[in-house]
Amino acid sequence: MTRKFWLILALLAVVALALAACGGSGGEQAAATQAPAEAATEEAAGPATGYGSTLAAVKERGYLICGVNSKVPGFGFLNEEGKYEGFDIDFCRAVAAAIFGDPEKVEYRPLSAKERFTALQTGEIDVLIRNTTWTLTRDTEVGGNFVHTTFYDGQGFIVRKDSGIETLQDLDGTAICVQTGTTTEANLRDVLDANGIDAEVVVFDDVEAGWAAYEEGRCDAYTTDKSGLVARRTMLKNPDEHMIMDVTVSKEPLGPMVRHGDDQWFDIVQWVVFATFYAEEAGVTSQNVDQVRETATNPRVRSLLGLEGDLGKKLGLDNDWAYNVIKYVGNYEEIYNRNLGPDTPTYIPRGLNSLYTEGGLLYAPPFR
Amino acid sequence: MWRDLTWQNFWRDERFLRVFGQVVFVVVVLVVGRFLYVNMYTALEQRSLLPDFGFLNTVAGFDIGEVPSFIDYSGASPNKMAFLVGLVNTLRVSALGIVFATIVGVIVGTARVLPNPLARGLATAYVEFLRNVPLLVLLVFWYRGVFIVLPRLAETPLVWGRQDLPDGKFRAWLILSNRGMSMAWPVGTESWPAYRLWLWLAVLAAVAVYVGLTWYARRTGRAPLTLVWAVAAFFAVAALGFLVVQATTGQAPLRWAVPQVKKRLVAGGLKLSPEFLALLSGLVIYTGAYIAEVVRAGLQAVSKGQIEAARALGLTTFQTLRFVVFPQALRVIVPPLTSQYLNLTKNSTLAVAIGYPDLFNVAGTIFNQTGRSIEVIVIIMGVYLSFSLITSAFMNWYNRKIRLVER
Repeated sequence: MTRKFWLILALLAVVALALAACGGSGGEQAAATQAPAEAATEEAAGPATGYGSTLAAVKERGYLICGVNSKVPGFGFLNEEGKYEGFDIDFCRAVAAAIFGDPEKVEYRPLSAKERFTALQTGEIDVLIRNTTWTLTRDTEVGGNFVHTTFYDGQGFIVRKDSGIETLQDLDGTAICVQTGTTTEANLRDVLDANGIDAEVVVFDDVEAGWAAYEEGRCDAYTTDKSGLVARRTMLKNPDEHMIMDVTVSKEPLGPMVRHGDDQWFDIVQWVVFATFYAEEAGVTSQNVDQVRETATNPRVRSLLGLEGDLGKKLGLDNDWAYNVIKYVGNYEEIYNRNLGPDTPTYIPRGLNSLYTEGGLLYAPPFR
Repeated sequence: MWRDLTWQNFWRDERFLRVFGQVVFVVVVLVVGRFLYVNMYTALEQRSLLPDFGFLNTVAGFDIGEVPSFIDYSGASPNKMAFLVGLVNTLRVSALGIVFATIVGVIVGTARVLPNPLARGLATAYVEFLRNVPLLVLLVFWYRGVFIVLPRLAETPLVWGRQDLPDGKFRAWLILSNRGMSMAWPVGTESWPAYRLWLWLAVLAAVAVYVGLTWYARRTGRAPLTLVWAVAAFFAVAALGFLVVQATTGQAPLRWAVPQVKKRLVAGGLKLSPEFLALLSGLVIYTGAYIAEVVRAGLQAVSKGQIEAARALGLTTFQTLRFVVFPQALRVIVPPLTSQYLNLTKNSTLAVAIGYPDLFNVAGTIFNQTGRSIEVIVIIMGVYLSFSLITSAFMNWYNRKIRLVER
């Protein structure tokens, strides 16, 4: 009796282990769709902290782990072919290109607004590039550091065209849907208070549930960053029945976020962003970068492309890090137009996201 | 008892092994626990995120969709008030859920043992179907498939008792639309404070009747329906008080607040949001299926001989149920019923999927706005643990009360 019992227990344990092993590898494959398969086994036990530790861990692992959004077309979206695409995704690719010379060496971790900071804090991801607004609290208490903003955004509202809602005051006596865990939620309250608007706020954890509720008329308006509104509007059943109100109620600088404690890693991500800015300013594109490398005379461009000086070494990277970013991913303009340009369904005029020379806010410090 | 233990082969001695096994177990638990604690502490310390509950007093800064009328919450309230709102919302849905799930469970569970094949078949289908669908799926179904696809408020809401107003708007006793359900609800008027005294009197009357009848039952051996008479006494005194207050102050202590469409929302009356309705329906229907099985098991545990004996003694059907079947069935029902109540309370955290601001949902928002994950999780765990312990303490007390007294 007892022997039989132990035998069965042992068998069960073996089966459980086998199942766990299957589940584990299956899960890894699903998560690491675009990451090298052989590298998907080693997982860092704890977060890498301290100067240089993140880069060392990433190199050791062989690929970058990037926390992204998978539900906002144009920024971070899992398309029909199971590939991630979007503005934020391209910056993940740019960081991978700078480190490995290969933009495909990225594993994407789709995160909800709520999960993202924990994932960064615990070291599950190396960098968070998921339309995250730079705020003081997040820069300090949440334990992250924001590198330079990649997209200047502002919060807006989407409403039905036939609802007759045009100004903020018209939102009085309406129901407004919003996603939890966002700056949007807090902004909304400030706006409603400041304008004496009495509205019912319905908060959703799941972005899909929130949009479904808006579409079914549970709410009169949905509020989030305008970029998100533009992107999600394309996914509504009848996009033409909806319009984005002509009000912007907040500043939403969106950009990559890294963990506290590793200044080298902060610098790398920061300067990858600057490299895309400067490449646009200098007219270097993925098409002409090889040609420019042959012929460049401007010393700043030469040091950007690693022909002069050792800027790459100072970041702990190869000297052709920026060349790789431009070659494989492109400059800021290319990234922007590929995902948010006039030829895409998620067209957003560049506005503040233009170079400083064209009245925008994009300004890269000198590459020297 | 250890006298004949020798050093030569003590590791084969069963008495030694028994103690040794327990010691090893305790040591393993302590080592693992210490590892987890030290790991968390050092990791948090490195990131200067050591626990600090000061955030409870800072401004929450976000709105909550459903705030109970007796709590004064706005975005400018501190985080602890936001927690309180979430807590009350959880209690509200759990308490109502437990009541309705019990009613559904008792009806369906009883139907499962009826001789009528239609009733039994329907009840079986209900139980088998609902026990085998994940609760989350049910909730999403109720929300997206039922409540938010109801007719739109601006178009043709379902109304009952419509009264048109001069300005072209209308009010109604019940308005059901994709913005939720609003119904007329009594609210206190100026003479309410006077009436409150009468309500206390009514409670006293009910208690007096209950105690009196219990004493009477014990003395005479008769069995009056104690609880029914107590409730009747309450309502009798309450009704009398209502008339007296109305006569003396010239104003009824309660009036109906009738819901009215105001812009794009419904104002007045009792308002139940689609999120609340979907969560409540999901929890009731789902847990009801489990409770039905518990009830069925309890009823079937009473042996047939008991019922036949009761009949032979001349008890009516009702008396058989009341004095023979239910007291015995309850002893079997109560312990697993407690688990179902606890499950319902804990399952209410799935509210987060459909946007109902229960404790877990609100806590998630607080955690996001403040970044205080460990503290928030500790609070959530503490609250649900207390809920569960209180519920099970009550149910254990009830279980002791009804169990077989052996003399």
